[in-house]
Amino acid sequence: MSANMVAVLYLISALMFIFALRGLSHPESSRLGNIFGIVGMIIAIITTLMFKSVLSYVEIGAAIIIGGAIGTFIALRIEMTALPQLVAAFHSLVGIAAVFVAAAAFYDPASFGIGKVGSIGTSSLIEMSIGTFIGAITFSGSVLAFGKLQGTVSGKPIVFKFQHTINALILALIIALIIIFVINQSPSIFWTIVIVSILLGFLVVIPIGGADMPVVVSMLNSYSGWAACGIGFTLSNNLLIITGALVGASGAILSYIMSKGMNRSIISVVLGGFGGEQVANSAGDNSDKIVKQGNAEDAAYIMKNADSVIIVPGYGMAVAQAQHALREMGDMLKKEGINVRYAIHPVAGRMPGHMNVLLAEANVPYEEVLELDEINHDFPMTEVSFVIGANDVTNPAAKTDETSPIYGMPILDVEKSQTVLFVKRSMATGYSGVDNELFYRDNTTMLFGDAKKMCENIVKSLA
Amino acid sequence: MEAHSSEVFVIGLTVFFLACIIGYYVVWSVTPALHSPLMGVTNAISSVIIVGAILAAGPFGHDTSKIFGIIGVVLASINIFGGFIVTYRMLSMFKKKPKKDKKD
Repeated sequence: MSANMVAVLYLISALMFIFALRGLSHPESSRLGNIFGIVGMIIAIITTLMFKSVLSYVEIGAAIIIGGAIGTFIALRIEMTALPQLVAAFHSLVGIAAVFVAAAAFYDPASFGIGKVGSIGTSSLIEMSIGTFIGAITFSGSVLAFGKLQGTVSGKPIVFKFQHTINALILALIIALIIIFVINQSPSIFWTIVIVSILLGFLVVIPIGGADMPVVVSMLNSYSGWAACGIGFTLSNNLLIITGALVGASGAILSYIMSKGMNRSIISVVLGGFGGEQVANSAGDNSDKIVKQGNAEDAAYIMKNADSVIIVPGYGMAVAQAQHALREMGDMLKKEGINVRYAIHPVAGRMPGHMNVLLAEANVPYEEVLELDEINHDFPMTEVSFVIGANDVTNPAAKTDETSPIYGMPILDVEKSQTVLFVKRSMATGYSGVDNELFYRDNTTMLFGDAKKMCENIVKSLA
Repeated sequence: MEAHSSEVFVIGLTVFFLACIIGYYVVWSVTPALHSPLMGVTNAISSVIIVGAILAAGPFGHDTSKIFGIIGVVLASINIFGGFIVTYRMLSMFKKKPKKDKKD
């Protein structure tokens, strides 16, 4: 196959990937988009297999089948509530694969047309080491993010002295190593870059707490794209550069949306430590205030007599796997002629769009699921807000209390509805460690218990 | 050689910036409800890095580079299959529901 033919086929593949993302602008076109993505990938792989230098079809075929079988198995078995950790695990694979490809290019530059061992061009060496560096950070950062999301590692931010200084020094060390590597092209320096970058990846994610995970997952998504870009530059491969840039841009935009949803700069999230120390501050003052408590029957009665109910789900719904019971409750209310809608805060859950997927899984029609700006002005006209597993995203302190760590964060104005039903396990604070004054308001009724059980009991009472 | 490689680099850079701009506009048009599938699909397509791994694994023989290539192909394949399938699963949940509310 001629070089031009390859370039054209790679271009088609890149266009397919752009259409794949474009398809996600609407649920109806999204499945076609996914098919475009698959077709693009098939074109890319087949084109590459047609290269003259590619001969060992057996090994490559076996590798694809093994990898494909593992990937298929995992993707089919995973619970939708475990999506965030799955995505983190997948990001780590992209990162480490980038490291392996860079290493392969370094050990056998001739296969990629970038020179001979020991005399690789300077620009290729720089691109190769940057690709390696980003790939390795993506790998270890994602592994740790996976651990935190899965619960194998504590989700608490781990902060220690001189953290940022140490990270900055390590970064400086990596830059120095890259310069040495470019000069002497030594394998030992290459692997030192890999190891030190892996260390940096861990250190970058360590101080970031559980509720900031949507930002971290998006950021790692972005890094995995930039790693692919770095490899694309190394191999002078436009398809890799384009795809890497698309993915990088996508992750960066998601990170931006997520940090805006928390009214924090990306920098402050990256520096981390949120939610660690403030816990004690405001928790004490409210201990003598009175909380109105209710049970499932009260909740059923209140909602049955309302005209409109807005349900506000959060991470707690995912933990309790309450989405199906919740949808059942919503259906019964709709049968009574009540207007039931769902309000999603941008940072609800542990990854962008997490709640939307869970509600879709439970067969909630997506027309009933609305974003913050679409529904927030409707709360004053709403009789009942049913908050389930969310906390900080409803806390009015974000609007009134300048000293609160969540001050300025856009919130769902549930306190403006006539009645707030708040399903919660206990009186514990949210991830920010801030007490929610909403609990003590006259129009709030707390429903203590497991989110799923509570929904099931409400369904029973409604029947 | 040096002149040639810098030309290649500039072409790469051109492609890179144009792709970033396309990415910027395309991603902003993604509806927030589909942000999770967006991560799934970007995860799958970023594994196009398999192209590099196949090139490394391509030649006959058993040198270091080839082994790295094979490992790269396995890892990227996990992602490609896993990413597209999990995205498919997510998206099929967003199908328009048949009017089942009316059945009662």
